[in-house]
Amino acid sequence: MSAPGLQNMSHAARDLAASRAHVPHTSMFLRMLVRAAVLRRGRAASALFAMVVAAAVATAMLNLYVDVQAKLRREFRNYGANIIVVGKDGASLPASAVAQVDSVLAGRGIAAPFAMVVARTSDGQAIVVAGTDFDRVRQLDRWWSVTNWPSEVPTLRQAQGRLARAKDAREMGHPEIDHPALIGVRALAAVSPKNQPFDLSFQGRTIHLKPAGTVQTGAAEDSRIYLSLADFVEWTGVRPATIEVAANGAPEEVTAVMSQLAQAIPAADARPVRQIMEGEARVLGKTRATLLAAAALIILTAALCVLSTLMGWVFDRRRDFAIMKALGASGRLLNGFFAAEAAALGATGALIGFVVGIGIAAWIGRVNFHAAVVPRFSVLPVILAGSIAVTLLSAILPISLLRRVQPAVILRGE
Amino acid sequence: MFARLVYESFRRQKRRKVLAGAAITLGVTVATAMIAVATDIGDKINRELRTIGANLIVTPQEDSLDVEIGGVNLKPPSDGAYLAEADLPKIKDIFWRNNITGFAPMLPVNVTIERYGKRLSATLVGTYFSKQLSDGKEEFTTGVRSTHPWWKVSGSWPDDNSMDVLLGERLAGKLGEKAGDELMMAHTLHISGVLSTGGAEDDEIVAPLSVAQGILGKPGAVRRVYVSALTKPEDAFGRRDPKSMSGAVYERWYCTPYPQAIALQLAEAIPHSHAEQIRQVAQNEGAVLTRIEGLIFLITLAALFASALAVSAAMATAIFERRAEVGLMKALGAGKLAVAAVFFAEATLLALIGGAVGYFAGALLARQIGQSIFNSEISIPPVLLPVILAIAVMVTFAGSAAAIRRAVGLDPVFALRGEL
Repeated sequence: MSAPGLQNMSHAARDLAASRAHVPHTSMFLRMLVRAAVLRRGRAASALFAMVVAAAVATAMLNLYVDVQAKLRREFRNYGANIIVVGKDGASLPASAVAQVDSVLAGRGIAAPFAMVVARTSDGQAIVVAGTDFDRVRQLDRWWSVTNWPSEVPTLRQAQGRLARAKDAREMGHPEIDHPALIGVRALAAVSPKNQPFDLSFQGRTIHLKPAGTVQTGAAEDSRIYLSLADFVEWTGVRPATIEVAANGAPEEVTAVMSQLAQAIPAADARPVRQIMEGEARVLGKTRATLLAAAALIILTAALCVLSTLMGWVFDRRRDFAIMKALGASGRLLNGFFAAEAAALGATGALIGFVVGIGIAAWIGRVNFHAAVVPRFSVLPVILAGSIAVTLLSAILPISLLRRVQPAVILRGE
Repeated sequence: MFARLVYESFRRQKRRKVLAGAAITLGVTVATAMIAVATDIGDKINRELRTIGANLIVTPQEDSLDVEIGGVNLKPPSDGAYLAEADLPKIKDIFWRNNITGFAPMLPVNVTIERYGKRLSATLVGTYFSKQLSDGKEEFTTGVRSTHPWWKVSGSWPDDNSMDVLLGERLAGKLGEKAGDELMMAHTLHISGVLSTGGAEDDEIVAPLSVAQGILGKPGAVRRVYVSALTKPEDAFGRRDPKSMSGAVYERWYCTPYPQAIALQLAEAIPHSHAEQIRQVAQNEGAVLTRIEGLIFLITLAALFASALAVSAAMATAIFERRAEVGLMKALGAGKLAVAAVFFAEATLLALIGGAVGYFAGALLARQIGQSIFNSEISIPPVLLPVILAIAVMVTFAGSAAAIRRAVGLDPVFALRGEL
């Protein structure tokens, strides 16, 4: 602070320093470094504050830049499958295919099998019936607007013989065993306008279905009827020919998963869903580019803020500089002194700013993506080096100006 | 005297004024550019999201069920209703016509390909590739080339008025045909290219709409239309049932580009049609858009904060350097108010000049960002100029206030002796 009292103290401090000339060289150097900051608390604090803000903003931007891709990829996985596994030449997939897909994914995604046939309603209308795993579809195709997902879905073992038992029960007049089904909104009007149970037949086998809920997507699903895979296989004997896979990760990882899938299931082709993958790549690329431009602008502004504050501070201390020079300090020592001071300020500011910046990035992650942004310690060296470079630059510039001036001129206040 | 003080200060202390002015200019440039990017990013990303495909679909109202597995159409051609091709230009007449980025009609028909005496049945889809249309007022071009940008063609795209077709890549592999060959069926069609989409079209033939209509024998018929529209992410209000709304509320809902509102307008524009959102595309793009907009908004706040700080720092430094001057003024009898007035007047002048230059530099920068990232311009509304100038003056004032207060509180003796 620039109050007169502090000024007197700094004179006193200098006298004290002069009287302790026998103290070793390095300790004197450190003393000057520390006292300079302590005695001019206000100016030092404002320089440090600027440094902290700059480092914090830079840390937050770099963290976000690295992390935002992963965050947005997760949003894009809500678009559903980015890989489709189909049996070669339209053949069914082996029974173990879903388990194999799961083992390739190893938790980095979700897969859902689909089997489809064209069945007939009791009045002879053709309709597409699909068998699938409702639990998986629910996670994979989140945009499906479903009134009520069928519950009590049987396992394969439970489904065995259930069709025959249901038929027997019906013929004997017992309460009926229903197979729950998810009906597309357009199909509902055709098969069960009053939400009543209905029959479908496929190759002479009839199944008695009860609408559990409806599905609306605005696409082909609206014209279909979905059964649990177990009921479907028991009824039609047709196994899934398609597995839709939503694999997490960067394009390279997805491509790797795709080739692993093709290897793991030789009877199948694994194809990318180009529509989704290309759209995702485009949007992510543009977002990242915008973020990079914004980061560059913000970091530049913050760096200039540090530069102007620090240059002002060093310039203000031209009297210290002149006294040191008048007392016989060499150019190298002076350079070293101001450089060391700047570096210390830069390093301190960078460390505090890094912590603050991680906090800002985490906050933005929580507010905007509802997920934590993982702190990247790999940006710390960059921040540290950048901060020290900026502070060194802002110390060296005014010093090189002052060096040409006679100490006497400065001390006379001219 | 006051004016002279300010004028001379600018004339004689060029270096300091340029430094402080540069800081203000830079701060305003960054702020302007970021505000421009933030206000426009939604629209830009919305357009990029359109590359994922159409988000609305128009079908005939009385249509029978689709019977289609893996791109093979099993529905008898006599079955179901059609839309009239002549009604399609009306899509560009709805309230939100400027939000419609494109549409593509589809008409699937079953064909039998004859090859070396063998017969193979396949689906041929008629559509627009890049068709010139007119709604009576303006001309526009639309088709799958804009609504389905992930379709890749090796060879050349057919002309909409020709008998050229595209052959899906898996079907081409099966048939052993390539671009330039002839495709034998009831009519002989010329293959202009091989189409790769990664979807059901890989097993199909894609032809100009008129070819499909000719095969079907129903001129002017269209089975469904895919519409690509820029929409506002759906919120609680957007999800409400329009039938339950009262007049003014309905008006507001209708005049907001929600997917449902645009679907309703499409259904109204095309007779006997039903329009709805394709949920996979429409629902998810809302989520992605909200996230990206939110992110850029938060970053813009950070940019504004950083530039305000830079301006404050520069002003504080500039004033701190002029203690001797303050001492002189006070020694000559100037009051605190007079000293503060000089500094504030200078700050205002600097802020206005720096703000104006910064505004134009920022607009230029925003345009540059738009060109290099999105290949389209980010323009900044001129109404923002007074707002930006006001913000620049306020920030400069706020940044100078502490330093000016300290400066006017100086004891002239110490200040003149240069001991501060």
